[in-house]
Amino acid sequence: MSEGLLIQKIKDGTVIDHIPPGKALFVLKILGIDEKTDVIVSFAMNVPSRKMGRKDIVKVESDVGEEELNKIALIGGNVTINIIKDYRVVQKFRVNLPEEIVGVVRCPNQSCISNSNEPVEYRFRVSKKGIRCHYCGRTLGDEVEKWII
Amino acid sequence: MPRFRHLISIDDLTREDIEYILEKAEKFEDVARKGYSDALKGKLLGNLFFEPSTRTRMSFETAMKRLGGDVVNLNTAEVSSIAKGETLADTVRVVSEYVDAIVIRHPREGSARLASEFSSVPVINGGDGAGQHPTQTLLDLYTIKKESNLGNLKIALVGDLKYSRTVHSLIRALRLFDATIYLVSPESLKLPGDFVDELGEVIETDQISEVIDEVNVIYVTRIQKERFPDPEEYAKVSGSYRISADTLQNAPDDLIVMHPLPRVDEIATDVDLTPHAVYFRQAFYGIPVRMAILSEVMGYE
Repeated sequence: MSEGLLIQKIKDGTVIDHIPPGKALFVLKILGIDEKTDVIVSFAMNVPSRKMGRKDIVKVESDVGEEELNKIALIGGNVTINIIKDYRVVQKFRVNLPEEIVGVVRCPNQSCISNSNEPVEYRFRVSKKGIRCHYCGRTLGDEVEKWII
Repeated sequence: MPRFRHLISIDDLTREDIEYILEKAEKFEDVARKGYSDALKGKLLGNLFFEPSTRTRMSFETAMKRLGGDVVNLNTAEVSSIAKGETLADTVRVVSEYVDAIVIRHPREGSARLASEFSSVPVINGGDGAGQHPTQTLLDLYTIKKESNLGNLKIALVGDLKYSRTVHSLIRALRLFDATIYLVSPESLKLPGDFVDELGEVIETDQISEVIDEVNVIYVTRIQKERFPDPEEYAKVSGSYRISADTLQNAPDDLIVMHPLPRVDEIATDVDLTPHAVYFRQAFYGIPVRMAILSEVMGYE
């Protein structure tokens, strides 16, 4: 089974490729795509891949900002982005974790002030061992996905 | 210009910042002892204490008043009525319009950082839950500087190294001074692995006797009963980390024993009379150090 057959080509939009297998749902979550979305989204999970064995793919038929896309780096791996215009790839890049991640991941520390009713968003900074809560300093490593809002 | 506007975490300071504050504290020591200065005359400090800490609150109040300033307090008893349902952000916005600086003590981690983002005046962290208590760390460093030596320091941290926020902050700061750190604790209260990794070279043992001849400073922390489900286990463990005059019998004269206080029985009262005991002076040093911090954030050179 070849990759192209699973989801048809899109005319304009964003293809998120080489997602580690099984993590497409986290990608949707990070991009804020839920039951209320009105853009066309298709995705495939556990697609055979030469490079990775298996991979997930998400295609979003709208413009997703680069800043939004870079948040996908939270799930790890080497996710690549293809920007499509008129069926052609006009830009291709790897996601790169931004220095600050705001409003995407909840702090796992229940007694962190960001988990109370204060008017602030969850805020993390990239550190050596993962990401670190701006408020309480709790570090999140491999278990990041569990805390995606 | 002040070297820092807010004091939230010891991690925000460089070694130079710390050395600067310790030198500044030294200049205030005479005033701290029984004197008066008008360095902060006309300035008002707001103490926002969302949980009780009489010692920290009193020491900030003393420091402020000896510098000629005054203090208004929001006490725990009032918190429930005044701030019912109000966010910390709102409380801080309002109070920061009344005063020239705020000291905040709050049960949630990160609260002081949040307060600094909504305050129109400098914010000093007086302890945020299990998080940070930077003025404690600075007074610990000042004590070591005055009573021992911050350069070439060999220090043993004794007791509850797992949960003690005092110990965690102190370790971070001591790394800036290249101290050799000895960790003395029962197996169940060892320093978390993350910290040990950060430290690089470190000596771990469960016997105080093994380190007494090696170190300049013994820093004792309280082992809390709540950490042990089994009261017998607690009694056994806490007993074996108790320091008494006997423990120190063959210690070098210049060995000092520190403790953030209050102590329960981890240091026997017979140590108080030995030249090793510096914990009461350590508590006093909180005054000049807090004077240095208050005057710094409020712009007094």
